[in-house]
Formats: sequence, structure tokens, C-alpha cells
Amino acid sequence: MTALAPLLSAMPTRREEDWRYSDIAAVARAWPVVPETITIAAGDSAAQLIVQDAAPGSASIRQLAITLAAGARLTLHIINSGGAYGRIALDVTLHEGAHFELGGIIIATGEQVLEIITTVRHAGPGASSNQIVRCVAGGTATATYLGKVAVARAGQKTDAAQSFKALLLDRGATANAKPELEIFADDVKCAHGATVGELDKMALFYMESRGLPPVTARALLMRAFLSDALVSMADEGEREAAEARVTALLA
Amino acid sequence: MIIIDNLHAQIDGKAILNGLSLTINGGEVHAIMGPNGAGKSTLSYVLAGRAGYEVTSGSVTFMGEDLLAMAPHERAAAGVFLGLQYPVEIPGVSNLMFLRTALNAQRYRRDEKEASGAEFMKLAKAAAEELGLPYEMLKRSVNQGFSGGEKKRNEMVQMAVLEPKLAVLDETDSGLDIDALRVVSDGINRMRSPERATLLITHYQRLLDYVVPDYVHVLVDGRIVRTGGPELAHELERDGYVSMAA
Repeated sequence: MTALAPLLSAMPTRREEDWRYSDIAAVARAWPVVPETITIAAGDSAAQLIVQDAAPGSASIRQLAITLAAGARLTLHIINSGGAYGRIALDVTLHEGAHFELGGIIIATGEQVLEIITTVRHAGPGASSNQIVRCVAGGTATATYLGKVAVARAGQKTDAAQSFKALLLDRGATANAKPELEIFADDVKCAHGATVGELDKMALFYMESRGLPPVTARALLMRAFLSDALVSMADEGEREAAEARVTALLA
Repeated sequence: MIIIDNLHAQIDGKAILNGLSLTINGGEVHAIMGPNGAGKSTLSYVLAGRAGYEVTSGSVTFMGEDLLAMAPHERAAAGVFLGLQYPVEIPGVSNLMFLRTALNAQRYRRDEKEASGAEFMKLAKAAAEELGLPYEMLKRSVNQGFSGGEKKRNEMVQMAVLEPKLAVLDETDSGLDIDALRVVSDGINRMRSPERATLLITHYQRLLDYVVPDYVHVLVDGRIVRTGGPELAHELERDGYVSMAA
């Protein structure tokens, strides 16, 4: 729990790396934050969906300390779309052979500032993690993914991957992505990639030329783009429900 | 059906169409041939309403309406279909979903009853079968991983399901082997009817052996410089475009 101590003390400032893109005035409204914990016992598997759909104008900060014991698996999905400021921060510790799967979605419009911040600690050997975060940002919104992977000396044979992709819908929108690696073991695989782009204009024209109104064409393209983050949902019913939620947010 | 009158269009300030006039009646098949850079694809994009293709003067009247005043999706609902030279890949959107959304968006706009899942599936299955595209492929993302020939067949599947009044087919024959060319040509011919018109845009006379046009036009420097019957295509094949430019 020592890793969480700073979050419980003083209000953060933008000088701190993890808060540099945050809306500090909004943070103050949500402060102090009570951390939550998730612990998965050795060999167990769990899946969870976190939906951040706070009321317009409000601020929401969630800080989760997650521990996966040896051989445990956790599949976590996030749909971060509510409030004026919404932050979901994960601090995940993986013990030997554990696997952490994250599918994160950010849908930011207007002046929203939405963030997914992760620290994944590969504390034991042979653990793996895979993080896929997709976001669309319009208006003057800011979407941020800061993903740190920390491999301890004991974390040999770590296999960690991070993929972040953002679509900016308007000129004033911002996406921040920062993968960060801190590796103390010598036999590890840590992959990361980040891209920021716009909706494919040719695809939009193609769809419109077949009769889709522009709004429908854009929503279809965005949904397809975001659904990358939901592929890892094993339960088909839950995946369809999550896709329906995303579709409703894009309408 | 469509009257194009003295059409001038430009891209990024560069004039591409320089006074193109063309009238196509219901039931007719017209072919436009011309060298690279003559404005063939520009004409097709101007008709479909692609952004960045600016009409500087002239008019296009489709079924009595000002086509140029309509947005691309409105043109589609009015009955214009553009078969693209390079059909676009859309990862994550299945062909079936795309096509059904398109069909129902068009029908909705025309105040027609939307197609049920069963009705749509029947249409799509029949079209895929006629064009030799395995129905299973329609469950995949739009054109993703399709070969050049499969993409063109897929365009024809879309056309068969959407049943446009005017089909503008931009180099639908490019990238097709002889067998695929025959299948795609059959697809175009099946759609021929007194209520429909087709504008074929092509480099080569080959397609016109299978889809025999009523008129052949030669486009050079953004204008039609000659019009004739199917024999004109053979003459072009023999003498080249250079003889026409004079």
C-alpha cells in the first residue's frame, strides 16, 4: 500500500508527472480520494467493467490498487466518458505468471478532461500484461493515457504490451499518450505503440456515397475504432452491451 | 435522366473539367474513355459529391433536380451510385452491416419501408451469389483483405442491393482477370433496364466487349472531344488518344 500513500496526502499539482494534463480545479472538487482495492487470489480469474459516467460538470477520480497473486488473471474494461473531469488510475501488481488485460475507452467531448493512468508492476517472473486504450476526442476536450510498466529485478520473462490510439474529431481536441518503461530485469518483452489521427476522410466519403448520412458514417467509424478495446471481453452478451453503450455515447 | 451542362470543376485551384456536357437517358449505357489526367475520375467524384472537387460553373440535373445542391448521401438516396476505382477498406465495420445501414438510410430518406433483417439477407445473399463472392466474405470488414477483383465484385454486390437509377462505374474493369471481368460485366448487364442508366469510365475497350455501350465519348483535357457508337472504342484502341486530341 505504500505506493498509494502520496495520493492520500496533499492535493496534487501539475508539476507531478501523472497530473500534468489534469484539470486541477476539478481535481480539488473530487479531493480527497479514497482508494479502492481489488485482489485476485492465486490461480483465480476475474473480469470487471468500470463505467465512468458521472453527471455533466462533475469531477470523478477513482484510484484502484490491484493485486494479482501467482497465476491469477484479471480482465478489466473501462468506459470513461462522464463528467467535466474523469480520471481512472490503476496501480496493478502482478506476481509470478499472472496476467492483466486492460481494454480502455475514452470518449471526450466539449471541454471534458478524461484520463486513464496505469502503473503495471511486474513483480514476479513470467507475468504478462496487455493494455489496449482507444479514445475519441472532440471539441476542446483532452484525453490522456499515461501507462507505466515497471519490471522488478525478479520480473524475468515479463511480456508487457501497450497500445494507444486516438482519433481527434476537431481541431481544438487534444490527446496525450505517454508510455513509460522502467525495467530492472534483462530478459523481458515490453512493446508499446501510440498513434493519434483523424477519421479517414475517404472512408467517410465512401460511406456517404452509399447513402449513410455523415453523422451515421462518423459514428460507425468511431465505434469500429473503439471496439478494438472491447475485443478482449470474453462474454459475448457483456461485449454487446458494452458496444451498445459506446454506440449510444457516440450518437 | 441526367443532364450535365458545360461543367467546369477544379481541385486545389487546378481546372480539371473544362466545359463537359453530356446527357444520359434512362436505359442507356454510355462509356467515357480518355487518357490519364483527362478528368475521368474527377467527373465521377463531382457527380458523387466528394469534398474538395469544386464546381466553378455549369450544372448537373438529375431526374429534374439540381444534383450539385445535394449532399453525397442525398445523391445516393436519389439514385446515384459511384463504383470506385479503388474501393475503400473500413476496418471494424462488416460489409453486411455497412450495406444494410446504407440501404435503410436510403429507404428512410425516400420515405420507403426499411428492409427487415430477413429481407436484407435475401437480397445480399442473391447478389453475392450472382457475383461469385462467398457470402461469408460479407461478414468480414468492408473490403479488408479483399483482393482487387474481390473489391470490384463487392462494389457490384452493393450496386445490386442498392438498385441505383444511375450507376457511375469508375474503372470497374481495372484489376480484374478475364473470368472476373465476365462476372462483373454480367452483373452490370443484369442491371440494365429502361429505368436505369449506366456511365462506364474506362481506359480500355476490353470491358466494352462485354458491356456494349450505346454511346462512347472521348474525354480529353476535361471536355468531350468526340462521341460515337461502340465502334469508336475500337478505333481508340487502334489509334490511341493522341489522334483525338488534335
